[in-house]
Amino acid sequence: MQTKLVEIAPRQQVRTVETNNKVQTKDLQVFYGKFRALADINVAIQENKITAIIGPSGCGKSTLLRSFNRMNDLTPSSHMEGEILLDGMDVNQPGVDVVEVRRRVGMVFQRPNPFPKSIYDNVAYGPRLYGVRRKGDLDSLVEDSLMKAALWDEVKDKLHQSGLSLSGGQQQRLCIARAIAVEPEVILMDEPAAALDPISTLRIEELMHDIVQYYTIIIVTHNMQQAARVSDFTAMMMIDDHRSGRMIEFGPTQDIFTNPKDKRTEDYVTGRFG
Amino acid sequence: MLRKTFETEIQQVKDEILVVGSMVEQAIVDSVDALRRRDIAASQRIFDADQEINRRRFEVENQLMIMIATQQPMAHDLRVLASILEVNSELERMGDYAKGICNINIRMGDIPLLKPLIDVPRMAQKGADMLHRALTAFVNEDVEAARKIPAEDDEVDELYKQVYRELMTFIIADPTSIERASWLLWAAHNLERFADRVTNICERTVFIVTGELHEFTDAEKEFWRKQ
Repeated sequence: MQTKLVEIAPRQQVRTVETNNKVQTKDLQVFYGKFRALADINVAIQENKITAIIGPSGCGKSTLLRSFNRMNDLTPSSHMEGEILLDGMDVNQPGVDVVEVRRRVGMVFQRPNPFPKSIYDNVAYGPRLYGVRRKGDLDSLVEDSLMKAALWDEVKDKLHQSGLSLSGGQQQRLCIARAIAVEPEVILMDEPAAALDPISTLRIEELMHDIVQYYTIIIVTHNMQQAARVSDFTAMMMIDDHRSGRMIEFGPTQDIFTNPKDKRTEDYVTGRFG
Repeated sequence: MLRKTFETEIQQVKDEILVVGSMVEQAIVDSVDALRRRDIAASQRIFDADQEINRRRFEVENQLMIMIATQQPMAHDLRVLASILEVNSELERMGDYAKGICNINIRMGDIPLLKPLIDVPRMAQKGADMLHRALTAFVNEDVEAARKIPAEDDEVDELYKQVYRELMTFIIADPTSIERASWLLWAAHNLERFADRVTNICERTVFIVTGELHEFTDAEKEFWRKQ
């Protein structure tokens, strides 16, 4: 595991913390056919921190997010160049078990998408796939996952009802429990609260704070206030003249939202561009 | 350009800050002039007019709260609104210094001044001039002008020391003059503090533009004095 010292607030009070880079990209390029959707992405995502990716529509935020667990492989004609290091291991190299990569790097989508199965089976689905068979083991995994997803108290008496019977906010927490159940190390969230009301949104945000001690979280959001509220680090993306997505600024969230270095970030976070 | 409404609102608040600033400027010069002329009625008028400064201060503060709640300002916008909030309360305090000088004149009643006022009106004039330029730099976000002004505070400090020394000689020569000397010293002290607060306004201008929030050091003042 790579360990290095980084400066968090270089301008006012310099303090250093020990951090690990959980996910790191080196000169990452993603192509759809001949079109280069992402260009020269170099970013280091720190372990047990929440990193937000922001930027206007079409700048490649979701493409970048989906690269981290090779979900882009599922898009025909896409290919990647450069490196994506998960704990120092390049997930793109031949011989890497992509199913194992996706277990280690889980994903939560914009719209809650529980399976048309019971609450219990939704959460147990992944562990069963990975070979957990004993009922006692499954029961405790389901309970633990639902507890971490802050849903246990609401569903413990109706575990065998359909996951689709829950409210939107509960369904999204069920999806988070499902992602947690396979014991991932990184959780990718693509606009996880975009389809939720403000109360459910805040519950998801609180949940992110609660679980970040166990996981590294990367979230794509269009909601500036959400990025400012929940994340430790923020990455700002934008398309260049060739319509390729580039990361134009990366830093501690407090700096990005109070004193960004790049004029384009300033214009975006203040609502003058986008 | 996006956010036209928000930018108009920011401009309106800045305009209001300039209005409050000009009221404070006028109040400090007039309060010393009334003291110099021993015009108690004028002092009472300026004293009462301070209520209007206070009312406007709360109005600006309220407007800023609404803007923060409804517009969720970020980055430069956030620094502007936070700084206006700070400058707004600085101005109200500076108005209180003028009010304090009026209070001295009123409380002196029929007792004549210990000596004709020369340096005290100079301090008031200098402070008002510094305030005027500091607020202009603030609303125009002119960081260079804002950095030069705090060095001028030393002139006010020098005048204050001069007034202090002079009043001490009166006290030593005639201990019964202590009370009348104290009144003038109190007035001069208010003016010295007034100029200090101008420096705070300049610090906010630097913060808006650079994002750096810190007090001007003596070395910085010296550097900008030479520019």
